[in-house]
Amino acid sequence: MVSDEDKVFKALADASRRQLLDQLRENSGLTLNELCEGHDISRQAVTRHLAVLEEANLVTTQWRGREKLHYLNTIPINEIYTRWIGKFERGRLRALDNLKQALEDNHNE
Amino acid sequence: MNKSEFIYTTYIRTTPQKLWEALTTPEFIKQYWFGAYCESTWETGSSWTLRFADGEIADAGKILESVPAKRLVIQWQNEWNPEFKAEGYSHCVFDIEQEDGIVRLTVTHSIDKEASKLIEGVGGGWPKVLSNLKSLLETGQVLMEKHLDCRSKTSAA
Repeated sequence: MVSDEDKVFKALADASRRQLLDQLRENSGLTLNELCEGHDISRQAVTRHLAVLEEANLVTTQWRGREKLHYLNTIPINEIYTRWIGKFERGRLRALDNLKQALEDNHNE
Repeated sequence: MNKSEFIYTTYIRTTPQKLWEALTTPEFIKQYWFGAYCESTWETGSSWTLRFADGEIADAGKILESVPAKRLVIQWQNEWNPEFKAEGYSHCVFDIEQEDGIVRLTVTHSIDKEASKLIEGVGGGWPKVLSNLKSLLETGQVLMEKHLDCRSKTSAA
């Protein structure tokens, strides 16, 4: 059985699918036609990619009349984020970043 | 499209009744909403407020529709940020559906306004709250315990 997490990583492991997510991040509630614009791949391929994204719960859809609208659902990505990064205090990560920056700036002077 | 909207879906291994309790019980809400909590009698037409951990009102409005364990619609206006408040009322809809042993929760937050700052703001918060809610119902523990407060983030920016 494929776990939910496997589905998310498999869905993300494709440039076209990541591009579809980028489009939905810019504009939510896009139709299939709108999503097909700007892709060299066929409408059938876009439909298949969207099905994979929907199966992984990275895309949520809603019917508005006869149109199916697509929305980016970031919850599975948030779960990945909290698993590996959220545990550490982000403040501390930022402090390290600042320290690195300060040391590098000093070095260049 | 003169509308701004976010739709989030999460699948939770629980029952619709337990999820409804989790959405409507202040003490439970505090655990996954980073210390913030809602107050309402949760009946259609009743008032609704979301308060920060310190009690200051974050958002307020009323319950437009309430079907226990199925659907909750909140008329939602921001109270703490003048820019968000000026946008007026938004709608927040919780839909609960049961599918083979798992419950699908869909949260739709929308406002009749293009490029809404409020929707952009809540859009960043909902995934954190909903991931925490899922984790709390399934494992008894939240993912992120730290109290997040969107007020401090804005003033620091």
